Amino acid sequence: MRPEVIMGAGAALALCVATIIAPWATVMLTIALAVGLTVLGIVILLRAGQISFGHGLYYAAGAYTVAFLVNARLSLDTLVLIPLGGFVAMVIAIAFGFFAVRYRDIFFAMINLAISMVAFSLLEKLYHLTGGGDGMNVARPTLGGVRLGRVAFETWMFYTTLAVAAVSAFLVARYLASPLGKALEAIKSNETRLEYLGVSGNSALHIAYAVSAALAGMSGAIIAIVTGHVAPEFAYWVRSGEFVFISILGGSGNVVGAFAGSIVFEVIRNYAAAFAASYWQTILGLSLIAIIMFAPDGLTQLRLRRKVRP
Amino acid sequence: MTESLVLEARNLRLSFGGVKAADDASLAVKKGEKVAIIGPNGAGKTTFVNLCTGYLVPQSGAVMFEGRDITGVAPRRIARGGIGRSFQLPQLFLDNTVIENMLLALAAREGIWQAWTPLERHPKRDEMFDLLGVIGLAEVAQRPVRELPEGMRKLIDIAMALALKPRLIFMDEPTSGVSSKEKFAIMDTLIKALKYNETTAIFVEHDMDVVSRYADKVAVWSGGRISLEGTPEQVLNDPDVRKNVIGV
Repeated sequence: MRPEVIMGAGAALALCVATIIAPWATVMLTIALAVGLTVLGIVILLRAGQISFGHGLYYAAGAYTVAFLVNARLSLDTLVLIPLGGFVAMVIAIAFGFFAVRYRDIFFAMINLAISMVAFSLLEKLYHLTGGGDGMNVARPTLGGVRLGRVAFETWMFYTTLAVAAVSAFLVARYLASPLGKALEAIKSNETRLEYLGVSGNSALHIAYAVSAALAGMSGAIIAIVTGHVAPEFAYWVRSGEFVFISILGGSGNVVGAFAGSIVFEVIRNYAAAFAASYWQTILGLSLIAIIMFAPDGLTQLRLRRKVRP
Repeated sequence: MTESLVLEARNLRLSFGGVKAADDASLAVKKGEKVAIIGPNGAGKTTFVNLCTGYLVPQSGAVMFEGRDITGVAPRRIARGGIGRSFQLPQLFLDNTVIENMLLALAAREGIWQAWTPLERHPKRDEMFDLLGVIGLAEVAQRPVRELPEGMRKLIDIAMALALKPRLIFMDEPTSGVSSKEKFAIMDTLIKALKYNETTAIFVEHDMDVVSRYADKVAVWSGGRISLEGTPEQVLNDPDVRKNVIGV
């Protein structure tokens, strides 16, 4: 775990410096870190060899939770809204999990996609409740009990998101190294043996599913607060596919990969969209092909592997 | 039920299409016994093990473990209840090292539902090194299982089952894939480990030298049932067994 800690601490410091040198990048990096939380959830599931093409549902659950609570004028603080977004997403995942974790591989991926598309459809159709395709605006809440101006809010949201990302990454790293985390690897490696050790693969996956949804929920909550808007597209399958894309880009071998991939993705998307508006998706696609060909374990694994070479 | 019976399979029946995999199969095993199941290749000996360990559910009949009905119970519940199992083809976590495999078995026994302390720092990890030492695998503890030969994988498979401290263990061909030179040493070690833990054992075996040397009782599986039971001497000298199973 030591290289991960060094890498994570170095990256966090670099990000802080980046926001000071280039304040205009603050929101972009905040969004990247927030999306990295969902990707971290995908990484947990990848440990069990499972891919979810429906985590947009939990991302949207967190985002819409914030939108509803803010619009209900409950005056809840950002530091309350973020965990609440994660909690609601986790509760939904626990409920759907009883159904989803009975499946594996492509069936698991497709069940998740199906559930998320039902959610997408409901968010679009229930216009009076959700604002339909237009979505909902989210007024800027207080942060730490203080009502901040736009620039100060964006700056402090960056640090808040960085703190949430760091704590989440640390806790997930502990989880993945623990017996429960190793049980996830065992699902991927040999579930028959796991069952004959007396461990339910379904239960281990169910816990992972709930944790991963909680991360996605916090991620969506942060995005809703930072961008001030939520829309049904949060639950759309393309968004879920992006999360999987980023997890492959960063690498599922360690927790830092989720955030590294997310930052690279956001930077490519922003700059490619600015300088080659018609081709930004092509550029993203080509970069993924390059990663698969030259660094199949993701960006961070390439770095770690190089370090241990003589 | 006799109190000392650990396992009692009662009139198990299971068909796959028209094929009768188990046809009124019954077997009673007493506490501390080492029972060998022998029979021709492909006769369905592993099916019997699968029926007793929850992998298959009989269409009729019952499996009793220490007086409790475990028919149709999920393998993980049976494992937690005190029955361990090793496989004909070792079922291991190939990408992990030997000790990581063992530690997962230890965690499964001691409580896997914790997400804070790293598995590699399990407070009882030395117990797994000791068990590997007993089985003769201490030297390969840090090696990935994938790199090891089949014979060693067999032993790791058995060691993982033993790590659960089962009261009854099923071993499916424990010495297959092991050189004839090593098999007695391995069986001596295994029997010692079983005695130490007071574990009752049922093992499927093709090697009659191993059967005659280590089994207290031999059961012949033929036609989907136990067709003959007795001491190794009685069974291995039976003319039908000599002709149809041993091939003499």
